[in-house]
Amino acid sequence: MQNEAVAKPEIEMLESAHAQAWPQQKPAWGRWETIRPYAYVTPALLFFALFFFYPIGYVMYLSFHDWSLLNLEAKEWVGFANFTELFQEQDFYQVVINTGLFTVLTVALGIGLAFLLALWLNRKAKIYGIIQGTIFSPHIISLVSVSMLWMWMMDPQYGLLNAVLEALGLPAYTWLSDTKSALLSLVLVSVWKVVGYNTIVFIAGLQSIPRDIYEAAELDRSSRIKTLYKITVPMLSPTIFFLLVINTISSFQVFDTIAIMTQGGPVSSTNMLVYYIYEQGMDFFNGGIASAASVILLGLVGLLTLVHFAFMSRRVHYR
Amino acid sequence: MAEVTLKQITKKYENQAVIENLNLSVPDGSFTVLVGPSGCGKSTTLRMIAGLESITEGELQIGNEKVNHTPPGKRDVAMVFQNYALYPTMSVFDNIGFGLRNRGLSRVETKKQVEEIAEVVGLTDYLQRKPSHLSGGQRQRVALARAMVKKPKVFLMDEPLSNLDAKLRNQMRVELTSLHKQMGTTFIYVTHDQVEAMTMGDQIVVMNQGEIQQVASPIDLYSMPANLFVAQFIGSPPMNVVSMYNQPSCVIGFRPEKAAIDVFESLDTVAGKGLMLNGVLVSREILGSELLYYVETKDERVVVKGSTESIIEVGMNVRVSVDAKHLYFFDRATGTRIIGEKRKAMANSVIGGIA
Repeated sequence: MQNEAVAKPEIEMLESAHAQAWPQQKPAWGRWETIRPYAYVTPALLFFALFFFYPIGYVMYLSFHDWSLLNLEAKEWVGFANFTELFQEQDFYQVVINTGLFTVLTVALGIGLAFLLALWLNRKAKIYGIIQGTIFSPHIISLVSVSMLWMWMMDPQYGLLNAVLEALGLPAYTWLSDTKSALLSLVLVSVWKVVGYNTIVFIAGLQSIPRDIYEAAELDRSSRIKTLYKITVPMLSPTIFFLLVINTISSFQVFDTIAIMTQGGPVSSTNMLVYYIYEQGMDFFNGGIASAASVILLGLVGLLTLVHFAFMSRRVHYR
Repeated sequence: MAEVTLKQITKKYENQAVIENLNLSVPDGSFTVLVGPSGCGKSTTLRMIAGLESITEGELQIGNEKVNHTPPGKRDVAMVFQNYALYPTMSVFDNIGFGLRNRGLSRVETKKQVEEIAEVVGLTDYLQRKPSHLSGGQRQRVALARAMVKKPKVFLMDEPLSNLDAKLRNQMRVELTSLHKQMGTTFIYVTHDQVEAMTMGDQIVVMNQGEIQQVASPIDLYSMPANLFVAQFIGSPPMNVVSMYNQPSCVIGFRPEKAAIDVFESLDTVAGKGLMLNGVLVSREILGSELLYYVETKDERVVVKGSTESIIEVGMNVRVSVDAKHLYFFDRATGTRIIGEKRKAMANSVIGGIA
């Protein structure tokens, strides 16, 4: 605050000096002065317009049409018909609920587990470094390979997971083959994939907390639990916020695992927004519906991010 | 209030001893300063008293109670850290009150005590602020208040003034000593700054390489240093040390402020009762009320403090003379100061001669 107050007069001074140096006797020059900043940002704006605004706008435009990838020329203006159709479709609600449930579970487990792992692994000995590397490795493997691997592990007859359960004398689990367990199985794969990355980010956050604060807390007779929620968690709030936003966005856009492991089944129990869009556009040639669903996805993700910023940023402590 | 006793304390990191068999007694209510160059073990010693560092061997007592394995929070000590170590996410109020709440004090009682202490250190208007919105001096006060509010038996301070600017540091020095007088609590204060040590402490512990060199009051430390290290560490500029040709087993020391300097005009040996050194004035520093002359003699360079009343020009031949009673003699091998009859003999061999 103080800095701004100090800086302002200086800028004003510069501006008035500038005005004196460039009296308005040359109107052509004056015009160029006003245009100049826009001219400088034009190339970047063009780039954005071409590769961001245009595609997003075009999808919105397409969402008001009935069209198919087979014949793009033959599109027909239908107004809000695609949206009305979507909102009347029972399946679409299922898809939105699945996406929401998947996101909440993946984000909660992915961040919660990573936090505990980080607390455990934030130590100096070599073995912890090895474990950190190991749990990080899924992050660098392609999701397609990960999906193939887990599909095999979750196979009811030949899979590793059921073999382990059997060896422990536990009943076999249905994994991907049951409507009740398929979504949870996909959550498991996503959490497994994301937890290593989250852990590393958390460890970096933990290491940036000065040690003497913990020593002061020790002298203040703070119990371990109290130190954790009064000092560690508040100090990590920027990290938690960052992970929350990027994990939510990426979970909302889950696609590869569904496409490879379940194709949305059984009975739409694992069908989620991006896969639904793909299905409508590519399999059913229902371009209008796919575009409308894309617009809804964009709106939802945008809304969630706004909510995150509005609620979290007030509680996040930045040094 | 309590006295702190360290008996045969040893601290090892991975089998490397940084402190070995350290014995120290900090009297109840004293302001004891641990001073020494960086890496001398003073901070480690303080942290062992606080319980932040484990003790490898030996016994630590606070108020006649062995506390080697007592957790820091239960030792009834409070500490002010070099970087203050305030809780950045908490308000000033919570920073000060955190320890009280953890001791089971009620919300009302905590509020009362925090407000009381805030009044004492002048933080009443800042209680709702976060530490990041405070100046360095104010943060320092929060750290002090947080320590004071617990009414500890022993107050530990680890270079608490080193992050303040010179003016504020001088001011805080005075405030801390008067605070000590008011509270009457045992203070143990760590610093590498000998001026801080001399001005604040009533008992000064000079440390080097994990060993205590001398424990004494400021004036004794200055006038009766136990060895060469203490002699050169205490005092600014440090004590001059010159060799003795006729006594190769020892060296002579004298303080810059106890020597006289004259322009060397004739070769006549002045009949004096002390050390005479001839040399060339190579540079000088004017400090205002006084000035420092750097004189190069045949083998050494010595510093002499002079007055600004008559200034000697650089490049002149000068004679430095020191009265015999201001000479210190140290064993060349061990650095120990030579005292008593032996010193008298040494002094006699120097008198009149040009070393």
